[in-house]
Amino acid sequence: MKYIDGFRNPEAAAQFVRQIVAQGRALDEQGRRVHVMEVCGSHTMAIGRYGIRSLLPGNVELISGPGCPVCVTAPGYIDAALALAGRGAIVATFGDMVRVPGSDSDLTACRSQGGDVRVCYSPGAALELARRQPDRDVVFLAIGFETTIAPMACLVEEAQRQGVKNFSLLTAFKRVPPALRALLSDPEIRIDAFLCPAHVSAIIGTLAYDPIAADGRVPCVIAGFEPLDILYGVHGILAQVLNRQAKVENLYARVVRPEGNPKAQAMIARFLEPVDAAWRGLGVIPASGLALRSEYAMFDAAKKFGIAVCPGRQQAGCRCGEVIKGKIRPSACALFAKVCTPENPVGPCMVSAEGTCAAYFKYGLPDKTQGEKK
Amino acid sequence: MSGDKLIQLAHGGGGWLTRELIESEIVARFGNGPLRGLPDGATLPSPRGQLVFTTDSFVVQPLEFPGGNIGHLAVHGTVNDIAVCGGVPLWLSLALIIEEGLPFAVLARVLDSVRSAADACGVTVATGDTKVVARGQGDGLYVNTAGIGQALPEFALSRERIREGDCVLVNGPLADHGLAVLAARQNIGFVNGPQSDTAPIHRLVLSVRDLGASVRFMRDPTRGGAAAVLNEIVGGAGFGILMRERDLPLNPATRAVSEMLGIDPLHVASEGRVILICAAGAAPEILRRWHAMPEGAGAACLGVVTRDNTGRVVLETLAGGRRLVDVPRGELLPRIC
Repeated sequence: MKYIDGFRNPEAAAQFVRQIVAQGRALDEQGRRVHVMEVCGSHTMAIGRYGIRSLLPGNVELISGPGCPVCVTAPGYIDAALALAGRGAIVATFGDMVRVPGSDSDLTACRSQGGDVRVCYSPGAALELARRQPDRDVVFLAIGFETTIAPMACLVEEAQRQGVKNFSLLTAFKRVPPALRALLSDPEIRIDAFLCPAHVSAIIGTLAYDPIAADGRVPCVIAGFEPLDILYGVHGILAQVLNRQAKVENLYARVVRPEGNPKAQAMIARFLEPVDAAWRGLGVIPASGLALRSEYAMFDAAKKFGIAVCPGRQQAGCRCGEVIKGKIRPSACALFAKVCTPENPVGPCMVSAEGTCAAYFKYGLPDKTQGEKK
Repeated sequence: MSGDKLIQLAHGGGGWLTRELIESEIVARFGNGPLRGLPDGATLPSPRGQLVFTTDSFVVQPLEFPGGNIGHLAVHGTVNDIAVCGGVPLWLSLALIIEEGLPFAVLARVLDSVRSAADACGVTVATGDTKVVARGQGDGLYVNTAGIGQALPEFALSRERIREGDCVLVNGPLADHGLAVLAARQNIGFVNGPQSDTAPIHRLVLSVRDLGASVRFMRDPTRGGAAAVLNEIVGGAGFGILMRERDLPLNPATRAVSEMLGIDPLHVASEGRVILICAAGAAPEILRRWHAMPEGAGAACLGVVTRDNTGRVVLETLAGGRRLVDVPRGELLPRIC
């Protein structure tokens, strides 16, 4: 805890905040507003948990981005999982996914109607389940960004080594850099800088952001999840904006290296290849997903069972897509905190522990910088 | 009783084995007071003034956890409910629902704890009941206690008396019980992990009875933790509560485990804590008295009652920002008490 406490030091935080306020004033004198997108869902939760938004100057806005893997998964993916459960497979999943709405239903309803849906706390538990029940097909809902993808590649290797034939993955892996490019090219959204994810960057490295910073002319600053990390990150971004710079800056050097984690990258490249992927809110982004290579097709649930994953339909009135893009705040959605609550979520951003709507509901205070509640 | 003797279904059948169970386990420990001769009900002297009457059921899993067992909880839970209503606990009832197969040794340890906890609280187990259910129809042991206490006339506790500027006090670190039980249940195997804080708080209440006019409200932060209690207090009221994260009393082990598991300690149960709201002027004296008592050694001011943020509990974080403290949602920690 002593190690963590260093990154939560109130005096150091106050110093950063004073500097950030001064930066905000300097920008204000130039008549400038800054829109910073925090890409990662864990950043969104940490920003809420430490009340970071309430500390920032009025002309510096933190917008939550598409960094929650559950939230960006398209409704059609849930439809495919429901179809697999309907065929008698055991569907194993992380807990958040069981309440994410598909086009017409969700996995919780499927389970109550007799579908075999199991919540696992690690992907390894799903493989173990398959080994214990060799007469049943076990399909793991393999979603996630680069951080989660590398261990799942290891899981496929393990399944192959052990010869577990009744185990497969329904993949919806997503890569962060193509999504950032897609957001920058969207004329409806204004992004002046990215606060880049911490753990994803540990895998992909800082070099992965070089072309984004250069082509998009936006600062890309990598920061950790503790309050001082985030304030340090915002400070670094504003310094670049003031100097009209747009470069990649690594402020999480205790974990992230320029080249990332080569071993994890090699595992990903060995088992998976880039594919076009459908993102809730963002639509289909070329080469933004990863799917199992053809030589591992026996572990690919969609191919094994001949299931097509379609885009699907989002619930009427749900504006999760716009929230994910950072186009609106959760409070702009008519359903937020009225119809859509953590107990009765309408969209995935309220379901997931890392979802933007869940973070605003849990931590948000009603003022100019926070999500209005009730 | 020998270590491997088990409860049988016939121990609840009303026959010879039932008699043996009651004699060896109940009468041996509790048979000297109103339970003498095992009447169907206890006949008790009537105290003057008003009574406080409460009941609570205990279904904690595991039955024994670091820092206590279901027997301690069953006494402290009911004693504390009486105390936070401004009462002095006097009598308890004790009802056991035992699952077939429970080792007598476990039952004996639990009942020893009931006895020692009741003695320490100055309460008498006055009546009781024992049932046995078939294997698979219970979970080892369920306990219900009801309690009667005498209301102290000095207290007029009510949410309506809370005013802007009042102080929110607590007698010690938060969340120890919930995280101790969770760690025991998940076999997480912490070394020097959290210990349950299960303890009676009635002496703390007695110690401030002469300041009763300044004490507005008391509640024990059990299920749902401090967040649930404070939100209940501000719900629909014309005031809010502001806490400072750097002032929150937390034991190091509890803080480490909550950090590791991503659980907000404000959402986690304590079983030996009282949250007391008082006029600001009385707070230093109450804290001084509590600090002199073992069960109040870690007492601290949790926060203040504010005019802004009405109906909300707000935390000033370590970073200096402010955020909402919401009630816990979903089944964060089922069967914690």
